[in-house]
Amino acid sequence: MAKRIGMEIALAAAEAAALCNLDVVAAYPITPNTHIPEHLSDIVADGRIDAEFICVESEHSALSACCGASATGARTFTATSSQGLLFMGEIMPIVSAMRLPVVMAIGNRALSGPINIWNDHSDIMSQRDTGWISLFAADGQEVIDMIIQAFKIAEHREVMLPVNLNLDGFQLTHVVEPMLFPDQQEVDEFLPVYKPYAALHPDHVVSMGTLGAPDIFSEAMKAKDEALINSKKIIVQVWKEWEEKFGRTYEPIEAYKTEGAEVILVTMGSMGDTAEVAVDELRKRKMPAGLLRLKLWRPFPSEELRKAVKGAKVLAVMDRAISFGSASGPLGAETRASLYGEADCPVVVNDIIGLGGRDVTVGDFIQIIETAAQAKKGKPERGYEIYGVRGS
Amino acid sequence: MSIVESFDLYAPRLVDKGEYFSAGHRACQGCGEALAVRLMCKALGKDTVIANATGCMEVISSMYPTTAWKLPWIHVAFPNAASVGSGVEAGLKVLRRKGRIADRDVKTVCIGGDGGTVDIGFQALSGAMERGHNLLYVCFDNEAYMNTGIQRSGATPFGASTTTDPAGLASFGKKAWKKNVAEIMVAHNVPYVATACHSYPLDFMNKVKKARKIKGPSYIHCLSVCPTGWRLPPEQCIKAGRMAVQTGVFPLYEVEDGKYRITVEIPKKLRPVEDYIKIQGRFRHLAEDEIKTFQERVTQEVNKLLDKVNCLHSWSDLKE
Repeated sequence: MAKRIGMEIALAAAEAAALCNLDVVAAYPITPNTHIPEHLSDIVADGRIDAEFICVESEHSALSACCGASATGARTFTATSSQGLLFMGEIMPIVSAMRLPVVMAIGNRALSGPINIWNDHSDIMSQRDTGWISLFAADGQEVIDMIIQAFKIAEHREVMLPVNLNLDGFQLTHVVEPMLFPDQQEVDEFLPVYKPYAALHPDHVVSMGTLGAPDIFSEAMKAKDEALINSKKIIVQVWKEWEEKFGRTYEPIEAYKTEGAEVILVTMGSMGDTAEVAVDELRKRKMPAGLLRLKLWRPFPSEELRKAVKGAKVLAVMDRAISFGSASGPLGAETRASLYGEADCPVVVNDIIGLGGRDVTVGDFIQIIETAAQAKKGKPERGYEIYGVRGS
Repeated sequence: MSIVESFDLYAPRLVDKGEYFSAGHRACQGCGEALAVRLMCKALGKDTVIANATGCMEVISSMYPTTAWKLPWIHVAFPNAASVGSGVEAGLKVLRRKGRIADRDVKTVCIGGDGGTVDIGFQALSGAMERGHNLLYVCFDNEAYMNTGIQRSGATPFGASTTTDPAGLASFGKKAWKKNVAEIMVAHNVPYVATACHSYPLDFMNKVKKARKIKGPSYIHCLSVCPTGWRLPPEQCIKAGRMAVQTGVFPLYEVEDGKYRITVEIPKKLRPVEDYIKIQGRFRHLAEDEIKTFQERVTQEVNKLLDKVNCLHSWSDLKE
């Protein structure tokens, strides 16, 4: 039976990974994800799991070692944040191209300059187009569940792609929450031992990571793109299976009080919980507000989004990163692209919020929703605004 | 003649007839590196996994859908052969322990060129050696970024003209001395470090065999003549490697548990460096003064090495 335990979410992430019959962990410390590998190294040092923990000398080597280990058929896990993820950047698209089911937890943190250790989503957005499946957790329970789900999704024979799980730095990594931990037997039933499609071993010789010339490169990219797009079906299937076994529902986009909603807030990550409170408050004031929380960022659930916003007049899309020089924030751009040409397309308002750890409060969301409600169709949409920024 | 050299006379019969790095790859004519890789594979045998850095050897051997590799082989990127190898080694170890793969020794071997080893891959190499993985790293050093067109690396020798540090009216090419990574590996307290060259195939293969048996990290720095980049005719490849050794430019030695040993005798009176450099177009511009400086430094480096050979003891002799 699952037990409800109060724990720091980073430690819970490590505990969840440890439930997954891990073989190899390679990680390098960087705030705010550090407690995840720290706690995993504790678990390995105490002999609670039989895994190799590689204390690498950089994030570049962390992901490289994960590649090597995963290629032998080992179940492989790593975690990082911010600059660490950037340093992994060279290897990110290679992991997905090699179809290695590495799972990575990202304690999301702003990219430097100026250096800032606090939360936003600029780290993962910089790696958006690397071909990984990208999940966003809103609370500790989702972190635990999604780490276990991530291995099952990544290793599925029709997927074979790496998965990153995003949990907001500090807002999630350093928060203590009561969470349900599945027991080992339940996880073992849900997640069998990893059986690779191909593995590095002299008993079955294979060349991995070969050179792709122009005559094959486009096809290789198409194959990777199709694999990522098609993974959505398996992700949904795995989530269904999870729900049946553990009773907690997961969907690419989670709707909260969207029935009859005229203004819908769209969020990713831990903002979702704060946004729920704001929606409750506005509903109390008889304002028809609703909320969509995206759990799946890549592959982007366009179809689900189109369905979810039916009937809304305005979408207020929250981005926790700037796509410098772009027409929208990353989520704003995806939303607009997904809705373009739809009949009765709602007006899309796009706010950049909570950069570099700036607090996002219930009051902020109420103000954003109330302002968004004034947006009228037919007027040219503003690209985006940085909410609450001084000096403008 | 030393005992090892007499043994070498008989060793050719013992060389594996199998080919693990097959013909048909796309290396240039007279490529010393491709020869060295082939010899290394023969010495390693089939229970080997190769982690290859980006570079000539990866490009010439793995054009999809073809492969020259009959050993399990992985290439990920340029700077990370040692960290990919670290992961491979850890993966094989844990899977064997858990009974998910066959219960026998499979050696992880990382290979990279000089750029992928002494420059961009240096941190990964240092990390892997410090952690003490059971892996062999072989650097195939052709003394420049040959794959991208003969650019200067940390392993490019003094005086060589490269496409990014060329000789010109105001420059004689590279001013700095070649980075000595074998010595840096010794400083990592690696139990086995050796230098080698394909022009001494049995010496090289014996070193690979020895390194393969080490339960821990080992490092071999293999000088690999690149006729294309060194500007010499392909048929001079083996000769150039031999001259590098005979002139003392690249002495062949091994360091076992801290104890140095010269494995291919260095002549008491070194052959002049000029003999070595005059056959290579990359040194063609060197003036008398620069050749003199080159010679003085080579003599000094050889003496530094001989000093270590004569003075340093095996770690096991230093316990008390």
